Amino acid sequence: MNQDTRLSLTVNGEEREIEIDPRATLVDALRDRVGLTGTKKGCDRGECGACTVLVDGRRVLSCLTLAVTVGGAEITTIEGLAGEDGEPHPVQRAFLESDAFQCGFCTPGQVLSAVGCIAEGHAGSPDEIREWMSGNLCRCAAYPQIVAAVSKAAVR
Amino acid sequence: MTTEGLVRPDGPAKLTGAARYAADVPAESALAAALVSATVPNGRLAELDAAEARDCPGVAAVLTRADLPTLAELPSPPLGYPALPLQAEEIHYEGEPIAIVLAETLEQAQYAASRVRATYTGVREPIAFGEAEDVVPHSGHVLGGTDEEKGDAGAGLAEAHVTVTATYTTADRHHSPIEPSATLAWWEGEQLVLHSSVQSVAVAQQTMAALFSLPPEHVRVVCPFTGGGFGAKGYVWPHLPLAAAAAKVSGRPVRLVMTRAQMFTLSGHQPATRQTVSLGATRDGRLTALRHDSVNASGRAVDYLENTTHSSTWLYASPAIETRMRVQRVDRPGPTPMRAPHEGPGMFALESAMDELAYELGIDPVELRLRNEPDVDPMTGLPFSSRRLVECLREGAERFGWAERSPEPRSMREGNDLVGWGVAAATMDTFRAPSSAKVRIGADGRIVVETGMQEIGTGLPAMVQAVVAETLGCDPGDVEVRHGDSGFPPHAGTMGSMSAMGLGSAVQAAAREVLAKLDGRQGQPLAGLLAESGLTELEAEGRWSPEEDALAAGRSARYSMHTYGAIFAEVRVDADFGVVRLSRAVTRYAAGRILNPLAAHSQLTGGFAWGYGQALLEHSDVDPVLGRFVSKNLAGYLLPANADLPDLDAAFVEDDDRFANPLGAKGIGELGAVGVAAAIANAVFHATGRRVRNLPIRLATVLSEP
Ligand code: FES
Ligand code: FES
Repeated sequence: MNQDTRLSLTVNGEEREIEIDPRATLVDALRDRVGLTGTKKGCDRGECGACTVLVDGRRVLSCLTLAVTVGGAEITTIEGLAGEDGEPHPVQRAFLESDAFQCGFCTPGQVLSAVGCIAEGHAGSPDEIREWMSGNLCRCAAYPQIVAAVSKAAVR
Repeated sequence: MTTEGLVRPDGPAKLTGAARYAADVPAESALAAALVSATVPNGRLAELDAAEARDCPGVAAVLTRADLPTLAELPSPPLGYPALPLQAEEIHYEGEPIAIVLAETLEQAQYAASRVRATYTGVREPIAFGEAEDVVPHSGHVLGGTDEEKGDAGAGLAEAHVTVTATYTTADRHHSPIEPSATLAWWEGEQLVLHSSVQSVAVAQQTMAALFSLPPEHVRVVCPFTGGGFGAKGYVWPHLPLAAAAAKVSGRPVRLVMTRAQMFTLSGHQPATRQTVSLGATRDGRLTALRHDSVNASGRAVDYLENTTHSSTWLYASPAIETRMRVQRVDRPGPTPMRAPHEGPGMFALESAMDELAYELGIDPVELRLRNEPDVDPMTGLPFSSRRLVECLREGAERFGWAERSPEPRSMREGNDLVGWGVAAATMDTFRAPSSAKVRIGADGRIVVETGMQEIGTGLPAMVQAVVAETLGCDPGDVEVRHGDSGFPPHAGTMGSMSAMGLGSAVQAAAREVLAKLDGRQGQPLAGLLAESGLTELEAEGRWSPEEDALAAGRSARYSMHTYGAIFAEVRVDADFGVVRLSRAVTRYAAGRILNPLAAHSQLTGGFAWGYGQALLEHSDVDPVLGRFVSKNLAGYLLPANADLPDLDAAFVEDDDRFANPLGAKGIGELGAVGVAAAIANAVFHATGRRVRNLPIRLATVLSEP
């Protein structure tokens, strides 16, 4: 079980060729092979949402995704969210202004989940946001501030 | 002050993925480590068969006890659990590491770890909490006395017009920071370098030096960011020594990241407590006696004490107070402080009992608390350094609309919802510890502050900016804060709600010294002052520690020094199904001067969520046959999620405590988690007439006959 395979991944618009263990999950591939450690691993079993990334624009738990299954897809991580000029994404800006994070460990997942939540049209009211952001646990419980930030970003 | 609305300077790094946590630090040629853990709660390791694992692809080594150096023996604290793994054949708790697999990749290490076979001997049926003897704890976890007494509680209860006595329990709970603990370790000759997820680089440095018999300056611990700790990363847990030992033996850097399951056994938990409170009162609601007995679960080799009864000695005026705390040594991993320790479980019992007493007397529960407000510390007779509980209760009640409450249980029904309003007081002890910081001013007027503190979510970098800005009269944005390296001036640790006091005071001292050296006044442009003095750079180190006669953990010997709060909660209980929903809450706190309002508010709402979890969700059950925690994951162990939390109106009342420290600040990290569970349980009683004395509040209890 040590037959590494070659895989080409498109991460944040950049195509990368990596050698990968077929057992590797997307979160480990991103962190250990691509060197993008912004994507966090909180539980490794789909329970916390810390590893959330966008795959073809949809939010996905990268710890429950085998890297080899997303070869053809566009993957967006927290490192690729800012504009080309380095201008922060509206969600990043709203998180900063609303103090929507504390320790910051769940934050990359929250931010990407918020981008997904808004794109899905699930950010219409605080209650809707609370519900559709509940897959991302925050033990610091920055929840009220996260709701405020998502509301703010949704109207921008 | 220029700090209103100050955003976190660590924000951009955290929001772009640039902030490096321990597991993120790159290291060429690092080996990935995976732990093999004991599957039994006691007994001895008979045989370990690692042959198959050693043959797995990519495996560099499988380390067992024979391969590891013998480490010095240390107590808990500073160790999380005093018996370190792989130092003896004895198994101290289920989940104790018995081997370390090192491989080129994580996948290889994890797979090989699953191929290690262990057999055990002498395994006996585990002893559970409730089955062991109550013993007087002997350890550094005991704060003050285990037994305190004033007056004659027996006589006070006998004289009382009304008494209540009840037993309350709180559950085993796990910290569950979203970042699992991690250590990357390597050796440079006799020098040990550790990137580790900790709440104190200073404690980690000193402890690791002692374990490996090194001078402290030979150990460097780096941790700028900690992905939450809540107590789980305060003391030194096995990942630190195991990663360091594995790196020493293998001669390569070793990265050891805990799995979520390992976080349930190798980083502590808040142990279950059983507490009995007796209150006696006159008909007009004055306490005549208060008795509070408590016992908590601890491990076989560690006496971890939840100091649950302390707040009962200072919260209410009573001529007689008697408190007693014991532990039971049972089969389980080691407990450790968890947000909020001590008062967290303790105030559930006291504040539930106060509510019961209010009903017995027919007095409003807010009014009952006001009637028992003491002038001096009831146990010690010491003056209060500052105490604004009355203001918290009055302001909170006003804001909540408490006056509209109809006192009868089940009297505020709305449709199918039984509506209940509950109140509880909150209080937390004031622990203080030394801290130090360096302030440096460059020719361009930029200010750099260096401190060993790690940013763990409490907003300390912004607090440091605020203090420097206030002292020097500069813009907070001119201050760069560097943190989380044992090479920087030491900070005791981001734990025990101590950091704002210690670090803030140290930073203030350093900034003042800089100003004095420049002969400057607050608000003068620093670059100009520097140039006038013919300097290109100037630095000063500031230190702060509690006064010399302070007690253990920096508690004051001269004042009764605590923080206070009041929690008002509204629940809606489904009349048919017993489902409890928290619909709104108002909280008011008095915690000294608030240095950074934005982050302080987030601390309080975060703390509230911890109280919510304690009240309605969190419990880790121990399997009575296997002696292990049943659900070592976040699907079985429920944490509050976004949709759980109601509209929360949290705020501070004016307070300032110059006896605590020169800044007048006090700790707020844990206070927010206190009293919430009692307020919710009291609201559930008001809604349903069902008194819930066991946490978490379960549907079955709510539905059962009172
Ligand atoms: S790490 Fe993927 S959901 Fe927790
Ligand atoms: S910010 Fe700490 S877990 Fe969310």
